Amino acid sequence: MNGTPWWRDRRVLPWLLQAGVGLAVLVVVAWLMTNLVRNLSAAGLLLSWRWLGQPAGFDLSETLLPFNASMSYGRALLAGLLNTLRVIVFALVGSSLLGLLVGMAAFSRNGLLRGLARVYVELVRNVPLLLQLLFWYFVVFLALPDGAAALGWPALVLAKSGLYIAGFADGRWQLPQLLASGWQAPVHLSVEFAALLTGLITYIGAFIAEVVRGGIASVPAGQWEAASSLGLHGAAILRHIVLPQALRVIVPGLTNQYISLAKASSLALACGFTDLYSVAETTLNQTGRAVEVVLVLLAAYLAIDLLISAAMNGLNRLVQVRER
Amino acid sequence: MLLAACGCASDSGGGVSSVRMAAIRSHGQLICGVDGQVAGFSSVAADGRYQGFDVDVCRAVAAALLGSGDKVDFRNVTATQRFPAVASGEIDLLSRNSTVTLGRDAPGGNAMSFAPVVFHDGVGVMVPVASGITSLAGVAGKPICLLSGATTEQALTDALRQINLTYVPLKFSTIDEMFGAYQQGRCAAVSIDRSALAAQRTTFANPAAHRILPAVLSKEPLAPATVQSDPAWADAVRWIVYALFEAEEQGITQANVAARLAEAKANPKLAERRRLLGVEGNLGSQLGLPDDFVVKVISAVGNYGEIYRRNVGEASPLNISRGPNRLWKEGGLLIAPPFR
Repeated sequence: MNGTPWWRDRRVLPWLLQAGVGLAVLVVVAWLMTNLVRNLSAAGLLLSWRWLGQPAGFDLSETLLPFNASMSYGRALLAGLLNTLRVIVFALVGSSLLGLLVGMAAFSRNGLLRGLARVYVELVRNVPLLLQLLFWYFVVFLALPDGAAALGWPALVLAKSGLYIAGFADGRWQLPQLLASGWQAPVHLSVEFAALLTGLITYIGAFIAEVVRGGIASVPAGQWEAASSLGLHGAAILRHIVLPQALRVIVPGLTNQYISLAKASSLALACGFTDLYSVAETTLNQTGRAVEVVLVLLAAYLAIDLLISAAMNGLNRLVQVRER
Repeated sequence: MLLAACGCASDSGGGVSSVRMAAIRSHGQLICGVDGQVAGFSSVAADGRYQGFDVDVCRAVAAALLGSGDKVDFRNVTATQRFPAVASGEIDLLSRNSTVTLGRDAPGGNAMSFAPVVFHDGVGVMVPVASGITSLAGVAGKPICLLSGATTEQALTDALRQINLTYVPLKFSTIDEMFGAYQQGRCAAVSIDRSALAAQRTTFANPAAHRILPAVLSKEPLAPATVQSDPAWADAVRWIVYALFEAEEQGITQANVAARLAEAKANPKLAERRRLLGVEGNLGSQLGLPDDFVVKVISAVGNYGEIYRRNVGEASPLNISRGPNRLWKEGGLLIAPPFR
């Protein structure tokens, strides 16, 4: 209709550009895939998933899902995934609480508390996580005494063989007991799990503390002053005035930390915990299906991270100011 | 790449074409994957040099191919990395106490090409003497430290299932972490190849406080491995290993190889030795190696018996008796096919 040629049409150009970029990406991906398939088939290693149903032939310790060596590789991977999720969930809650407390402590009027929070953050976030996990496992938890010498309070016993916690079993409240074969309790966590959890919580907690500190610092000083002129005291100001506003800044930063926590959990093998990565490693070794096993790993961690990301984005929408 | 391949064919004669061997020659170094943490097999000495049984196999191959046992670039690989590292070409040769299994050899599995078995081993279990455990049944229901991804895991599970016992596996990714947890008392026992148990025990503060149980849970024939897609390279490695056995059988040692070579040159009646040492025939060229590759190998590392003695036998702290790792003539399992 009008005289504008299509190559100068502002309604067409952006679409063309995007289509071009999209096509280029597709071509690169397709080339990578054909390259993979061609090379794998040249090496006689075309993708195959039959191994998933074959018996695993190895045992796993502490699984949520009943497992023994005659069950399939697929089930072993599932048991590993559940163990990974267990670590992530506990570490997520623990590191959030720790991070929140330490982040708030940075604004304390008590100089000692402020100093301690600072030292903790700087010490922990500047040392590689792998070293910290090895430290917690080999230096702290494996140095615990065992048997009658184990550290303990009636409801909680900390021994080299694990953490024993009181709970309900067989319909009654039971405390940890020392039997001839070792400690027995309704709830038993292995030291491997405890070391991994402690390591992840302290490490990610330090980063979350910084996110929280940044969030609180982003609330203008005037808000504190206004609140105290209304007669509110420190804790109430933080809870009712400052934190709700700080949350808008904190939540996006938290998402990053939660995602890196999920990925960091794959270092579990350093302290002997059977997570998804550990099971996948044995599976890879026994089946030789390196590409398939790695694909399973990629898909699993991607799914976990996308899930965390989606949940956090939902939370983010809830805490943002609704402007009218 | 093409140029390098042609260069290889012309300087070694025989018309053998191997992409891998050409690459090693143009690189000037053999990239050899080892464990790096097992005393006696592969570890780093105080002066920074790699040493051990597996290391000497790497040096033997480097000597045959490149003329010097020092032209090796050692790479530490974990139990899990090792086969993908060979398959992807990141390492030329894997010499890392790896058990030959069907799954690892088969084209549908890990697709390795295994050289002859250099060490006949078996999975064993070590316990602290103080625990009072004297047989496999004693470890039932207890935590056992294992290496993630080793054949040990399956062997132990199989052996215990057979006698209806269970155990709690605690898996680690390196030998050091595994033995670290064991020494800290986290596990009632530790399980891996018996040679590795004996090797690691020598590094303990008090080796006598640990007992290797008599039970041998599996056969673990350990062999070097190369990629299956390069049969010429696999053949070369295979016959370099055989040369180590054959040299021991013919009494050719690092110390006397020069003298034996001179004798062979002077005396046409010593046909067997003349062929082995490349004085007559073209056995080396048929493999794409120099005809005198055996002389180079033995001058660099000695024969099988010497390698064994120096690293894991009487001359070493491990002091593992030859057992099945004797020559066939002495009732052992090592045999080299004829060099003809």
